[in-house]
Formats: sequence, structure tokens, C-alpha cells
Amino acid sequence: MRILSMVFSIMLLGLLMFGSLGLPLIGDKDSPAAEHVSPRYIEKAYKETGSPNLVTAVLADYRSYDTLGETTVIFIAGAATILILRTAAGRKNAEGGSDE
Amino acid sequence: MNRPFGTTILDTAFRYMVPFIMVYGVYVLLHGEYSPGGGFQAGALLAIAVVLTRLVQGREAVFDMKGDTAIILAGLGTLIYAGLGVLTVIWGGNFLDYAAIPLDLHAKELRPLGILVIEVGVTICVMGVIIAIYDALTRKDDDI
Repeated sequence: MRILSMVFSIMLLGLLMFGSLGLPLIGDKDSPAAEHVSPRYIEKAYKETGSPNLVTAVLADYRSYDTLGETTVIFIAGAATILILRTAAGRKNAEGGSDE
Repeated sequence: MNRPFGTTILDTAFRYMVPFIMVYGVYVLLHGEYSPGGGFQAGALLAIAVVLTRLVQGREAVFDMKGDTAIILAGLGTLIYAGLGVLTVIWGGNFLDYAAIPLDLHAKELRPLGILVIEVGVTICVMGVIIAIYDALTRKDDDI
């Protein structure tokens, strides 16, 4: 069983290494990820948003709807954490109070 | 965590660190358009200033924020963000289209202004959530 799993792992490793040969090089300007919207952002972001920082221009202007979702997720996560922690503490407190 | 550590080194060091952390947080927020940074990082820095005070001074900390206040602030930050989006629709633009803000400025100046407003909202939200989670984790049972 151990030998079988080892052989399977090595086969998977070989498959992944073979697959990685087909990936585009880092910084390749002809790769699919750099072809569609990236050149437009790089060329026109400052003209269209007035923000010299490209990351901020994309995060807060082009994709600000996405950032609104992120902020809402953070707020909901915080609110849920507080609700769970306070409810757990309150229940423990109520049980401790009934024992006395 | 509810009692102060009481050592001289910690008590002296954090007094020097907290103002610089807060100033750096505001700098990261306001300079986020020109350099790496932005709302999320600034919120974490501002929250750490409060959390550090609570860590060193315990529950007797003067520079403190209650968990209830913090979570209300977090909701307010999200409201600033979403409210600007709704306002731009009312002012006749697309959702979160900052060029629709009715100020006598060029669109090139209005857009960084809108970015700054939503970054302030993000900062307040992140700061409130971190402080509120810390407060909920360290509160005593009899505080409820």
C-alpha cells in the first residue's frame, strides 16, 4: 500500500512537472494573461483615473465594485466572529451562574 | 491579557511606538494613490496601535476603544463605501462612477477624491473589525 501510494505520488509529480512545461514564462508579454485588459490598464489608467499608482487605479476605480464586496465580507466576518464569541461566553456565564 | 505586564521596558517602548504607528497608518492611507498602500493596510496599522496599548496596559488602558464602538465604526466604514456608490447613482452616474460627484472640478481631480473617500471607508471598516475581534477575544465573562 505504501509502495502503491509512493508510485502514485511520483506519477502525479511527473504529470505536474510535464504540465508546468507548458506554462508561459514569467514576464512574457505574449502570455494570455498579459494580452487582453492589461495593456489597456497600463496605457490608459493614469489618463482615465488620475491616480499614478496602477494598483490603486485598478483596485479602487476599475474594480471598485469588487473592493466593495471585499469590505462587506470583512465586516460580515467580524460581526459573525463577535456574535459567536459573545454568545459562547454568555452561555458559559449563564451555566456558571445556575450552578451557584 | 487583562492585566498590565508592568515592566518598565514595555511600558516605555510602546509610548514611543504608538504615535509613530498611527501617523504611519494615516500616511499609508493618504499616500495610497501615489505609493504602495491603501485602505486595508492603513486600517491594520491604526488597529494595531489600539491593540498594542491593550496588550501592554491591559484593561486599564486609557487609549482604548470599546468593542461595541469598534463594530459600529466597521459598519459605518462599509456604509461610507456603499453610500458613495448609491450617491453617484443619484447624481446621475454609474455605480461608483466618481466623475459624477457634483463638485466644480475636472474628472481627473474628482476620481482621486472618490478613491480617497472609499479608502477612508475601507480603513475605518478594517480598523473596527480588528479591534472588535480583539476585544471579543479578551473580554471577561462578567462583562456581558
